[in-house]
Amino acid sequence: MLQSTSEAPLVHPKSKRKRRQGFIERTVRSLADVLEQALFAEEVAKADGLLQSIDPRVKVVGLLLLVVATASAHSLSIILALFALALALALLSHVPIRRLATRVWIGVLFFTGSIALPAIFITPGVALVHVPLLHWPITAQGIKAALYLLTRVETATTLSVLLVLCTPWNQVLKALRVLRVPVVFVVILGMTYRYIFVLLQTAADMFESRQSRLVGRLDGQEQRRLAAASVGVLLGKSLQLSSDIYLAMLARGYRGEVYTLDDFKAQPRDWLALGGFVIVALFAFWFGR
Amino acid sequence: MSELAFDLQNIFYHYNSEVAALSDVSFSVARGARVAILGANGSGKSTLLRILDGLYFPERGQINVLGAPLTEEQLQDEEFAFRFRQRVALVFQNPDVQLFNPTVFDEIAFGPLQMRWPKAQIRERVEETLALFEITHLKNRSPHRLSGGEKKRVALASVLILDPEVLLMDEPTAALDPKSQSMVIDFLAGWAGSGKTIVTTTHDLSTVGEIADHCLIFQNGQLMAQGAPATILGDNGLLERTNLIHVHRHAHDGQGIHSHPHQHIGHAHPH
Ligand SMILES: Nc1ncnc2c1ncn2[C@@H]1O[C@H](COP(=O)(O)OP(=O)(O)OP(=O)(O)O)[C@@H](O)[C@H]1O
Ligand SMILES: [Mg+2]
Repeated sequence: MLQSTSEAPLVHPKSKRKRRQGFIERTVRSLADVLEQALFAEEVAKADGLLQSIDPRVKVVGLLLLVVATASAHSLSIILALFALALALALLSHVPIRRLATRVWIGVLFFTGSIALPAIFITPGVALVHVPLLHWPITAQGIKAALYLLTRVETATTLSVLLVLCTPWNQVLKALRVLRVPVVFVVILGMTYRYIFVLLQTAADMFESRQSRLVGRLDGQEQRRLAAASVGVLLGKSLQLSSDIYLAMLARGYRGEVYTLDDFKAQPRDWLALGGFVIVALFAFWFGR
Repeated sequence: MSELAFDLQNIFYHYNSEVAALSDVSFSVARGARVAILGANGSGKSTLLRILDGLYFPERGQINVLGAPLTEEQLQDEEFAFRFRQRVALVFQNPDVQLFNPTVFDEIAFGPLQMRWPKAQIRERVEETLALFEITHLKNRSPHRLSGGEKKRVALASVLILDPEVLLMDEPTAALDPKSQSMVIDFLAGWAGSGKTIVTTTHDLSTVGEIADHCLIFQNGQLMAQGAPATILGDNGLLERTNLIHVHRHAHDGQGIHSHPHQHIGHAHPH
């Protein structure tokens, strides 16, 4: 077959293979997507389930109590019971368990696992077996420590994710404000949520516009230089953004303290739910000592 | 009562850089006037609006707003500040700055809440304002997830709920599609009819005639010229010197290459 010569090659020979995205670009883009999914996917929050029907204030206080109970529990069976409770709450609130497993549990397993793994070897105690060749002792106490860390973090994360998944984020913020959490904290939390997204989007756009102006690919060093320069620009942008928001608040009468409308109305079932959370948490505190 | 909404004398302002954002600016705006501030990117328009709104304070010079001097000390006083913030409103250029509340409802309630209006009255006014701007269906949404045109409406509603006497708008039609642009322009036309003062900034010459009866032209932080829109828009030399239009060299069928002044209407400049 004859190669047509009239058509100039549109692609630079070097990038003839399908253009691959750089590591940083890919990471930033996927981070933005995951965050968007996590924070803005409100279909679960709008579903008709148990947690969705509870007043946001009760959810914030109740789930927070359970998280604290989990963190302070010294009994594996209590931690596992709290995990089972979280699972039950998820099922009753129509949270897709597969999503919990792939997004939360596996992620936490890898992250916490990498921290917990050394504990198996370095915690002093009775050696059960030795790692072949290396002769590192694996201690019963080590396994216990790792197991505690892992189950605690998995349970606490699941509980917090349930709060975020079953409550529109703006209701979480509002509940925090109404609960008299210091305004600065809520505003920072809100801005983080709001602007992490804007900034990640900006970052992704920045990388894309650079990429489109480049022929071929960047080598590792150039990518790192680009990343460092972009981080500087982003930092500048976020500082600018927050000082501008401050001005926008001033312009509408803000004088150092934010006043909010509290339009939550607690129903009897909300009090019931709050009572339930408190009893479970007290139970866990007592038996988990 | 003073007949002037704004009276500026020899205003200077610069950011930490050496370049002056505003230098030796003097002008006045009558009550009920509709004024457009024209200038290329970086000419100092946004800086000027922030000074008019008492967010930045000039390094030198004097500014009077609605008959009273406006200073940082004055604004420390809560009574003065609330009265000033109620009477003079600013819509920022960047909607991501303007909208910072969890929901559209909270966004619109923010101003009155800070000014400690009674809560029942606030709820009522917010509902009325939502209806007025035809955004009732958006009230529980997060403001930042709206479209550009919807954000503009929410931003307008969030400041106009206070029923201000003066509206400052930074680039009201930038980055909007034609339908949303005409919504904003129609709104401004209707609102002005009620004796309110409007100051807008823009570099889009196509809308000036509809939103202003008086133009101020800025370049590099200096006031270069002022006058009626018809006069200003007819002065190609002035517009070219201040980078509001530029000359293209290109060919027209059968006429060879020639050049003529050109304005890029409707193209949002990269920002
Ligand atoms: N936060 C800042 N820090 C330092 N310099 C700034 C800052 N904001 C603006 N400037 C500079 O001040 C000058 C005037 O900026 P300003 O934003 O007022 O212009 P503008 O006319 O509103 O421009 P645009 O049409 O792009 O919105 C510019 O030279 C700009 O670079
Ligand atoms: Mg500007």
